[in-house]
Amino acid sequence: MPDFLLELLSEEIPARMQRKAAEDLKKRVTDALVERGLVYEGAQGFATPRRLALSIIGLPPRQPDLREEKKGPRVGAPDQAIQGFLKSAGLASIDEAHIVSDGKKGEFYVAITERPGKETPAVLAEILPGIIRGFPWPKSMRWGAASAEAGSLRWVRPLQSILATFGPETETPDVVRFEVDGIVSSDVTRGHRFLAGPEPILVRRFEDYVAALERAKVVLDTDERKRRILNDAKTMAFALGLEVVEDEGLLEEVAGLVEWPVVLVGTFEEAFLDIPPEVIRATIRANQKCFVLRDAKTGKLANRFIITANIEARDGGAAIAAGNGRVVRARLSDAKFFWETDKRALPGYAASRLKPLDQRLKKLEDLGIIFHEKLGTQGERIARIAALARELAPVVGADPDQAERAARLAKADLVTEMVGEFPELQGLMGRYYAQAQGEDASVAAAVEDHYKPQGPSDRVPTDPVSVAVALADKLDTLVGFWAIDEKPTGSKDPYALRRAALGVIRLVLENGVRVHLVSIARQRLRAIPDREASPSDRDHRDKPGDDVATVAADLLSFFHDRLKVYLRDQGARHDLIDAVLALGTPRSSSPLAGEVVAQRPEGGDKGAGVATPPLTPPRKGEGRGDGEPGKGSVDQTGAGGIVQDDLLMIVRRVEALGRFLDTEDGKNLLAATKRAANILRIEEKKDGRAYDEAPDATLILDAGAEEERVLIEALRVAEMEAKAAVAREDFEGAMKALSLLRGPVDAFFDKVTVNVDDPALRANRLRLLNAIRAATRTVADFSQIAG
Amino acid sequence: MNAPDFMNPTRSFQGLILTLQQFWAGQGCAILQPYDMEVGAGTFHPATTLRALGPKPWKAAYVQPSRRPKDGRYGENPNRLQHYYQFQVILKPNPPNLQELYLASLEAIGVDQALHDIRFVEDDWESPTLGAWGLGWECWCDGMEVSQFTYFQQVAGFECAPVAGELTYGLERLAMYVQGVENVYDLNFNGRTGAEKVTYGDVFLQAEQEYSRHNFEYADTDLLFRHFRDAEAECKRLLDFGEPQAGANDQRHKLALPAYDQCIKASHVFNLLDARGVISVTERQSYILRVRELAKACGAAWLKTEGGGAA
Repeated sequence: MPDFLLELLSEEIPARMQRKAAEDLKKRVTDALVERGLVYEGAQGFATPRRLALSIIGLPPRQPDLREEKKGPRVGAPDQAIQGFLKSAGLASIDEAHIVSDGKKGEFYVAITERPGKETPAVLAEILPGIIRGFPWPKSMRWGAASAEAGSLRWVRPLQSILATFGPETETPDVVRFEVDGIVSSDVTRGHRFLAGPEPILVRRFEDYVAALERAKVVLDTDERKRRILNDAKTMAFALGLEVVEDEGLLEEVAGLVEWPVVLVGTFEEAFLDIPPEVIRATIRANQKCFVLRDAKTGKLANRFIITANIEARDGGAAIAAGNGRVVRARLSDAKFFWETDKRALPGYAASRLKPLDQRLKKLEDLGIIFHEKLGTQGERIARIAALARELAPVVGADPDQAERAARLAKADLVTEMVGEFPELQGLMGRYYAQAQGEDASVAAAVEDHYKPQGPSDRVPTDPVSVAVALADKLDTLVGFWAIDEKPTGSKDPYALRRAALGVIRLVLENGVRVHLVSIARQRLRAIPDREASPSDRDHRDKPGDDVATVAADLLSFFHDRLKVYLRDQGARHDLIDAVLALGTPRSSSPLAGEVVAQRPEGGDKGAGVATPPLTPPRKGEGRGDGEPGKGSVDQTGAGGIVQDDLLMIVRRVEALGRFLDTEDGKNLLAATKRAANILRIEEKKDGRAYDEAPDATLILDAGAEEERVLIEALRVAEMEAKAAVAREDFEGAMKALSLLRGPVDAFFDKVTVNVDDPALRANRLRLLNAIRAATRTVADFSQIAG
Repeated sequence: MNAPDFMNPTRSFQGLILTLQQFWAGQGCAILQPYDMEVGAGTFHPATTLRALGPKPWKAAYVQPSRRPKDGRYGENPNRLQHYYQFQVILKPNPPNLQELYLASLEAIGVDQALHDIRFVEDDWESPTLGAWGLGWECWCDGMEVSQFTYFQQVAGFECAPVAGELTYGLERLAMYVQGVENVYDLNFNGRTGAEKVTYGDVFLQAEQEYSRHNFEYADTDLLFRHFRDAEAECKRLLDFGEPQAGANDQRHKLALPAYDQCIKASHVFNLLDARGVISVTERQSYILRVRELAKACGAAWLKTEGGGAA
């Protein structure tokens, strides 16, 4: 079977775009081929700084023939029908149609059109210009004389030549002939810009293409270039008694900057090693795209670095290493200057007697740098975070003064010279500068760690001060952007709010922290400046608490969504999460327990500000919960409606539920509850009413079956005990209380008929079924559970 | 090369400049002189900004002193200057072998490509004040950025048709490299030795010190704010006056170039105010926007002139 080879040679393609471009090229060409009936055995895309290449093996030499049959009218049909058929089938006269006999209905005309398949090269020549013109580069450009006309070819950088060959292994392949904006396809390419001669290289197929490029000092495969770079770097480092500080992102980038990697070692003065190692690494990485080396034993950074050059230089690379060394030295001189300047007094603030980092904080405040136009300045934001960190401190076991101090200093490094030059060092530099001015170790650590965790695999801080500030920072961000309605939508999340929420979730769960997110959100929402609302708006708002309640509820549901994603990633059953979270939405009230005040777990020693009453989810037909703090000191949560804003407790409950459902009692009770719910659903629909009143105990005593009497008592006890256990946050105990229902429920279903003729008795039994369902709702909404 | 030793680009700063001029003159470029106004980059020269617009072919090369008031370091930093030289080449449309021409120009000034590692590293150029952008690279020599290479896609808010190729050489950096000097002030300016020798420091150190003081401490900000407003108003006034009358025979704009001078002036005054630290972060955006509006209007006017290709 023949193979196809395509190469698009251009001026230098940005490193970050190469891998995706190779994949896009493969996908677009193979999709177009398959769409035209050309299936292949294998395809591979490649990229170097100057070329995209595609090899497709095992293509058929031509498309399969296509045969289409089009059924027409009956023989002898009116002329109008015949004419219409001829037109639609593209026939000149009815003689060209075939006549087919259909046993029952007689004879019909059938038009048969046969389209012979095209030669594969012709198909390729047809599809390639369109693929090249419509190529999905993240950014593309026009160039040269052709760009005077509208609609000229766009490519990532000027496209120089196109190589396209097609043919079986045993023969000389043919050029797939096509043309795009004056560039005509051929079977020649060029080698390395500096190391190969200018003469064109004749290519037949993929195998000799790769070999010819290798001879012309081009390694086609990115992964092979990466392998060679890393291998040579390690060997050279080893010879020096050092090891490479590996960096996959940098390796990928460097491999996209060279066609022929040549690894060299550069040097800088040892005196620069006084600069924090992260700074040295950032400097050398960002500006020079070089790897740093460290002592294999001590792990300390060495004054050497690894350069990946693109040429084999005549002098063995001495000039290149020397040149790179000079640039690194100049950059490190700058870094050293920043490092020293940042630890000294700030011009204009020297007289303030503030410590250096505090001077930067003052400057940051003085500059009035806007954090977000609707959320005020960085200074205002820092004040909010500091206040919240202080309040959270007791909850996480941190010293309030330290938490506040760390939060105040956390953003001060944004105005240091070093972070101005290397934004990715924010936090880390703050920590160094905090240490340098003698801050407590926990405070200094929190300055760095308050940004963490940055994602699902980032480290979660454990020092209480760090936890307090990290939570405060993220919660302030989330509440702020919720307040101004800048929430993530679809793939758009410009303020990384999903990441912030995940950060809160991980901080809380991994440190066992108890916080009531809704209370915090509602309290913090009042601290957000209301820049949008005009004074008259504010006056006319009927219920100021309303807005706050709605926003906080919405934020909570965002947390729930992120929690579900997180737990699912951790392998938890999503139906159990749904079953627990569904309790936040109140439904029918419990028929047995009378007035129920949902017990909210009282989390540890909470700060004063966190103790505002929880949010009541809005219910149909009622006004919204009174969100005003101070007014409703009693928890007005609807019966059964639980504010699920303590993430740790949600997770504990999910875990306990999972264990319970693994037991025989659990499985059985789940089945019974579902059965009860099914019967209820059918009967309630039939009767057009709900049976959510409490069962009439007297009626049961008078006329009910023995099993009914046992069950109503068992339900009363189980629900009471389960509630008490939930109130103690003893979810295992709650499950255990419910497990005692198994026997009575089973006996009830065994012996008692629900749909009896006596309407009073029937109604009461339906209420009893409802009571089973209600009892299980003390721990979870069983209807959400699969199985 | 047969040039005398003191003109050797690897020994003489002016020799390097003259070699580049000769090279690009050999490619048919008009060798222009610097624009006689303060600009932040060679791109601001009307020979680039305005000539990049419209259909007419254009080839030019020139040295342009560039002022970056914020980059002043009182002459104490060996790599940073508030006044430095750029060598600017503009070719419209860009020839297909522009990369090869660029590499040949480096050979001409003594960068041996069998010894040195030249790289084209992604750098998408954008000038918010000029409403311009293009794609290209920063060109590295052994890890040091020595030039910028840009295919202009848009200038003053208008699509470039055809596209111009722009090369900007950082002359001091290149000279430091080929002369093997670590401090810009140690560059040999005139290529002579002994008592005859003039260094970059001899020419510019005092200026760097004085202008740093001026830019950061002494420039009169009230006066500068006024200058900004005046330049902006004058630019708009000239644009209005130069606009062709409805129904007149000649539909060309008559004052595009003088109006553009005022735009350049506003841009430089803004840079000075920025260096003085009197423009807040939020105001900064709005000043940039105001300059861009002027640049766009000047570009539109230029397209109505003969140079801009108007009939």
